[in-house]
Amino acid sequence: MTTMELAGVERDADGFLADPQQWNEQVAAEIAREAGIEELTPRHWQVVRFMREAYLATGESPSIRTLGKASGVPIKELYELFPKGPAKLAAKIGGIPKPHGCI
Amino acid sequence: MTTIDYDLEQRAAPAVEEKRKTIEKVSIIISKGSLDGVYPGLIMANGARMEGIDANVFFTFFGLEAITKKRQDRIKVATVGNPGMHMPTLLGVLPGMSWVVTRMMARKMEKLDFPPVSEFVEMIADSGAGIYACKASVDMFGLSQGDFVPQVSGVITVGEFYEEAAGGEIVFT
Repeated sequence: MTTMELAGVERDADGFLADPQQWNEQVAAEIAREAGIEELTPRHWQVVRFMREAYLATGESPSIRTLGKASGVPIKELYELFPKGPAKLAAKIGGIPKPHGCI
Repeated sequence: MTTIDYDLEQRAAPAVEEKRKTIEKVSIIISKGSLDGVYPGLIMANGARMEGIDANVFFTFFGLEAITKKRQDRIKVATVGNPGMHMPTLLGVLPGMSWVVTRMMARKMEKLDFPPVSEFVEMIADSGAGIYACKASVDMFGLSQGDFVPQVSGVITVGEFYEEAAGGEIVFT
C-alpha cells in the first residue's frame, strides 16, 4: 500500500483515508474534485455525512441498499450525484474505508 | 567466449509498470428461474454498477421469472438435482420442501442485506443498468411486455442484445 499526500493526509492506494479522524470538509472537497465532482452540493453532503455517521456509529460502511433506503436520497439520484459508484465514492469523500459488502 | 551484458538486461526491463486494465461494461444473461440461478447474475450486475461499470441484464428462458410481475418474488431454491444442497433427492421431492428451504435461505439473505428479487431488479434499474427480456423466450412462453415489471426497458432480439453488449464483456449465468 502506498501513501499519497493530500494536504498532509495519509491515504491508501485507492485514495481512501487511512484514518477517518484526519477528515475534514476541505479534504472531502478535494477528494471530490479528484473524482470529477467540482462542487459538493447539499445533496452530496447529505449522502457523505450519512455514510460517515453510519460508519462512525457501526464500524461498517453502509451498503448501497441502506444508502438508498435511509440516507434520504433515492438510488437513482445517488448514481447521478456519484456517477462512478455512489457507495464507494461517498465513502472515499467521507473519509471512511471502502464498503466491503457485495450488495 | 561469451560475456553477459548486464547493462542490456537492465535496459530490457520495462521502465514503467503496465497500467492495470479495467472492465468498463458488462452484459449479464440470466437464464435460470431458481433462486440460486437468479441471484448471482443480479449480484454481479448491481456490483458492476457499484464499481462504476456500465451494465445490462438480459433475461432469457426461465430467467424471465425474475422480471415477471406475478412470479418474481415467488422464486424458489431447487431442492432436487442440486448436489450442493446436501439433500437426498427423495427428500427434495417432498411437498413443501422447496418452500421451506427457500424461506430459510431468504431469512439468511435478508440478514446479509440481500434485497428480495423485486427490489433488487428495481435497484439495478435505478442504477442506470438496462433490463431486457429475450424476445424468443417471451414468444415461446406466450408473454408480453405487460407481464413484466415496469423496469424492463424492452423485449429485444438476440441481435439487438449483441448491439447493446458491444464493447463490453458478456457473462452467461
